[in-house]
Parts: sequence; structure tokens; C-alpha cells
Amino acid sequence: MYIIIVGGGRLGFKLAQSLLDKSHEVLVIDKRQELVDRIIAEMGSVAIVGDGCEGKILESAGARRADIFISLTSEDEDNLVSCQIAKHYFKIPRTIARVMDERNEMLFKALGIDIIINSTNIILEYIMHEMPSPPVMHLIQERDRGFEVVDITIPPSASVIGKGISELALPESAVIALIIRRGATPVLPREGVQFEEGDQVIAATSPENEPFLRAVFTGQ
Amino acid sequence: MKAVIMGCSRVGARLAEMLSEDGCQVTVLDIEANSFKRLSQNFNGTALLGNGLDEATLVRAGIETADAFVAVTQGDNRNIMASQIARHIFKVPRVVCRIYDPLRRDLYSELGLITISSTTVVANMVKNKLFV
Repeated sequence: MYIIIVGGGRLGFKLAQSLLDKSHEVLVIDKRQELVDRIIAEMGSVAIVGDGCEGKILESAGARRADIFISLTSEDEDNLVSCQIAKHYFKIPRTIARVMDERNEMLFKALGIDIIINSTNIILEYIMHEMPSPPVMHLIQERDRGFEVVDITIPPSASVIGKGISELALPESAVIALIIRRGATPVLPREGVQFEEGDQVIAATSPENEPFLRAVFTGQ
Repeated sequence: MKAVIMGCSRVGARLAEMLSEDGCQVTVLDIEANSFKRLSQNFNGTALLGNGLDEATLVRAGIETADAFVAVTQGDNRNIMASQIARHIFKVPRVVCRIYDPLRRDLYSELGLITISSTTVVANMVKNKLFV
């Protein structure tokens, strides 16, 4: 496939390299001579200096026979316009735009850009995925002795809200030790105490039953 | 009539004054406070510092109730994007967009924007003066 990339920064450089490795035909367009030189030194003559929104540049890049057009500059308006020119003037079937300001995502979609990439969101999601999944925190882990102590925060609309401890189907090994309530002193989970949204429940459980316990307090 | 002008360029400032003299309610936007120096003292509209690509700024400029939106910054792509926001998101009845690049001008007028390429317009006027 023939793929045109606008923007030869770090992302454009890496993308061109990966696509070439997969035997695609690639051309990178960037206004900055030094970036174009760097790509040519590394990958051969697969980059030209120019404005990816200029009809003449795109024409000379052979945009009419391109299969995919990708715009990766750091300016949303440039990515939008170059993709629109690629799509409507050069009839490139697939256009991909990077968006820096997530508020522009809807506009890009409404204006017919095929794929919109919000790199900030992708990185954010990735990092959040690597975080210990809230609302459960491990306070103590005594794997040799077969138990751990966890801190579970009750999320809004959890089914446990409004219930007392005796109404819960708890796993056998679980011990509910303490309820820490926002703006109040901690309470013991006695009869007559009902769980509230935002309560932190401190509990001991066997590691195997931890997912079960988590489900009891965070399930909807 | 209520008009929002993005870009207090020479053209933007002049247009703001002309519309304001005609009794329009005009808000002119620019990201550079210095640009507002182009407005004469008689201008009795609103000068608003802010980015016309930002929807919140457009709302502050009164775009939701505007009858017309004009994009005359120095950047073609900025003008094009802002005009499309005005037209497709805020449904402004009349949107005029300056585009220097003739190819982009043609393309976006096909896509439904009212566009003016000052490059083509001025070149034609000069040509006509040459062969009177």
C-alpha cells in the first residue's frame, strides 16, 4: 500500500520505519528540512520538504494514488485540513488524524475523518491500566500465612449501599474489621451500621477470596 | 445583526468598524492583545482576547446567537477549522472564511463554506487595472 505521512517528528519517523519494514510504500512530508534529512539518511528517499496542506506538494507526492493518508503534526487545524484535502480533493480512501485537544475529537468525526487518534488519551489509558485497580488497595500481604488486608472504597451505585453486615454473603475467610467514613470517626461493622457510598472498608481475606470480597463491596 | 469576527487583522479590524458603523453588534476575537490597537476609538463593539478554535471562547463571544461568523486570521487552516466549527457545531446562518490558498478555497467552497481567496481577488483586480 502507498501511505503518506504528514509530520516527520518522532512519531512520523517511527511510523515510517515500521511501515517500510512491512514492505509498504511510504512518503513523509514535513516543513522542517532537518527532519526530512534525518529520515532520508536513515531510510532513503522517502521524505520531502513541504506543507502537507498544499495541493501542489500533495500532487507531486502522488496523493492521487495513495491508499492511506496520516496527519501527525502537533497542530489540530493542520491535521484536520490536510486530511480533508486528502479525502475530498485527492480521494484518498482512508484518512487518519492525530488530535491534540480532545475537545476537537467530535468535530473531526463530524467532518468525516476516518480515524482520530488522541495520543494523550492512549498514554493515559495505558498508565491507568498499569495502576493497581482502584477501588481496592492492598494494605498488608501475608501470603505465607494465607491472608491479606485490603482497603475497599465503596463506589457510587454499589449494591451494598444501605445494607448492614448481616445482609451480605461474605466469603468464609473474610473478616470485616473497620469502616472508615468520610468526615466521621471510623466505626466497627456492628449490627445496625449500614454501608454508605465512599466508605472505606478494611477487611482481611484469603488471597483466593479477594476478588469475591471486592465484588461484594463494589458490584452494582 | 450580530457578528463574530475571528482575527483582528487589518481586514478584520476594518470590517469590524464598518459593521459596527452600520449598527451591527460586533465581537472581534484575537489571540494577540496588540492586534486590538488596529481598532479605531469609534469602534463600539467588543474586543475579546481568546482563541477562536476554542469552543468556550466562541461561546463567550456570543456565537450561539450570532447571525454571522467571519474568519480572517493569517492562517488558512485556522480560518477553515473555525469556520467549520461555526457552521457545523454552532449552526451560524452565515459563515465567511478567508483562504489565501486558491486550491483550498475551491475545495472548501465545494464543501459548503463561503470562501474568499484574497490572493485570487487581488491578483485579478491588479490585472484589470493593468489592462484598462
